[in-house]
Amino acid sequence: MNDMELLSFLETNARYETKDLAVILQTDEKEVLDKLAAFEKDKIICGYHTIINWDKTHNEKVTSIIYVDAIPQRDSGYDAIARKIYNYPEVESMYLTSGKSDFILTVHGKTMKEIANFIATKLACIDGVTSTSTLFVLQTYKYNGVIMCEEEKPNERLLITP
Amino acid sequence: MDNSKKLSTLVNTIKPSGIRKFFDVAKQVEGAISLGVGEPDFDTPWHIREAAIYAIETGKTTYTENAGLLELREEICKYQERRFGLTYDPQNEALVTVGGSEAIDTCFRAILNPGDEVIVPMPSYVAYEPAVILAGGVCKHLELTSEHEFKITKEMLLSCISDKTKAILLNYPSNPTGGTMSKQDYAELVPIIKEHELIVISDEIYADLIYEGKHTSLACFDEIKEQVIIISGCSKAFAMTGWRLGYILGNKTFIQAITKIHQYTIMCAPIMSQYAAIEGFKSGENNVEEMRIAYKGRRNFIVEGFNKLGLNTHMPKGAFYIFPDIRSTGLTSEQFCEELLKDQKVACVPGTAFGEAGEGFIRVSYAYSIDEIKIALDRIENFLNKRK
Repeated sequence: MNDMELLSFLETNARYETKDLAVILQTDEKEVLDKLAAFEKDKIICGYHTIINWDKTHNEKVTSIIYVDAIPQRDSGYDAIARKIYNYPEVESMYLTSGKSDFILTVHGKTMKEIANFIATKLACIDGVTSTSTLFVLQTYKYNGVIMCEEEKPNERLLITP
Repeated sequence: MDNSKKLSTLVNTIKPSGIRKFFDVAKQVEGAISLGVGEPDFDTPWHIREAAIYAIETGKTTYTENAGLLELREEICKYQERRFGLTYDPQNEALVTVGGSEAIDTCFRAILNPGDEVIVPMPSYVAYEPAVILAGGVCKHLELTSEHEFKITKEMLLSCISDKTKAILLNYPSNPTGGTMSKQDYAELVPIIKEHELIVISDEIYADLIYEGKHTSLACFDEIKEQVIIISGCSKAFAMTGWRLGYILGNKTFIQAITKIHQYTIMCAPIMSQYAAIEGFKSGENNVEEMRIAYKGRRNFIVEGFNKLGLNTHMPKGAFYIFPDIRSTGLTSEQFCEELLKDQKVACVPGTAFGEAGEGFIRVSYAYSIDEIKIALDRIENFLNKRK
């Protein structure tokens, strides 16, 4: 079994049944289960999340992208301060980046006010954080490789072709 | 006036495509799901589509050289060398065509005189035999068998050669069987092809879709390279069927002769498709690999599925078709496909659409998602259970 092929099949569809994956990858179900367990243990597979287009639900949700500047520390660099930030459940993702800002975060909240409150009372108050700059998302076009803003197009292939 | 009496005798001798006939039946069935499509289910990768859009935006709307843009021919030759180790001169040994279909037609017209025989392995893609007949040639069928994994052996080849044999048509990886030929398989044929001075027309449109080992072309044998004409294109490798972009590689003498026909009948392939193809050959190999891995998984899934249903199916090494043996059902290929369509609304193609040698088999495409394949397999299982 090719490990990379297993990962790439799951990356496109986490709902594959293990018995189907075994057939697809020409192995047995036990080997797939063992491999998945090993990937999960090693944090190569970090979850089996669902991509949801919240804009299409009645659930109001606001997403923001926040640029954060910080002062690195002598022994831990940016890691210690990063830990203080990413442990907040409001922070959905976080990157250390090159360029104008040190960190880029995506933060979800029910309202803009809730996110503003998080920034003012939590994020900006962390020792070492020197500035924040917040962009509110107006529309999600694409997320995790999935185009969110287009309807599924009809299948235009003919029923039978040579 | 009776117009039917005014038609060409040659055209009248050609039977309508068996695929067309079955398509007409299938399209009447509402809600049918299909395993009958001979084209990728992937969209053409965006960067390739964008290259065509840019070409249009920047006014690339003219004719090109008859042989195709030199930049495209150069990229085709580099691609062939990189992937298959074949070297061709883009100036003299490459021609861009309107799909592989034009290439098939013009190749036969360039080499055949009335009565010349062409060995055509059967079952085969539907266009080869009519193309030979329209060029004045005569088809000599070489019957492939599932027992030999639809390969050509030297005994099979020798039994088809007569003093009128001019050429042999090859199509590996194969539509409809998914069969492939390895270098060792070809090595057995090379001395015969050399001795009898056969021209080889090798349709390698599925060369990029190989799941075990590497694709081998007969043109890699130096002793007969000058006798081999390669047909290929972008349809299958880059999911570009509608762009109609194919090409021919071969000896300068052949290419010049084929170009003569091409320049009078076609002029050139559409320029925007040519620019899209340049982008594909330059930067599309990652896309090919992604699609290849997806097809391979589907192949494994569908072959296991058919074998579990008791329809013996060999594991093909290339293309995106399986060719299950349905003889155990007691039905003919046409009966099987028609009854399956009526009873379970699943469309497959009877093996006989690819010649009489396809009797007892059906062609099933796996250019479908695993979910679609699962639904189709469930319905086929229902169909078989009802017949028990």
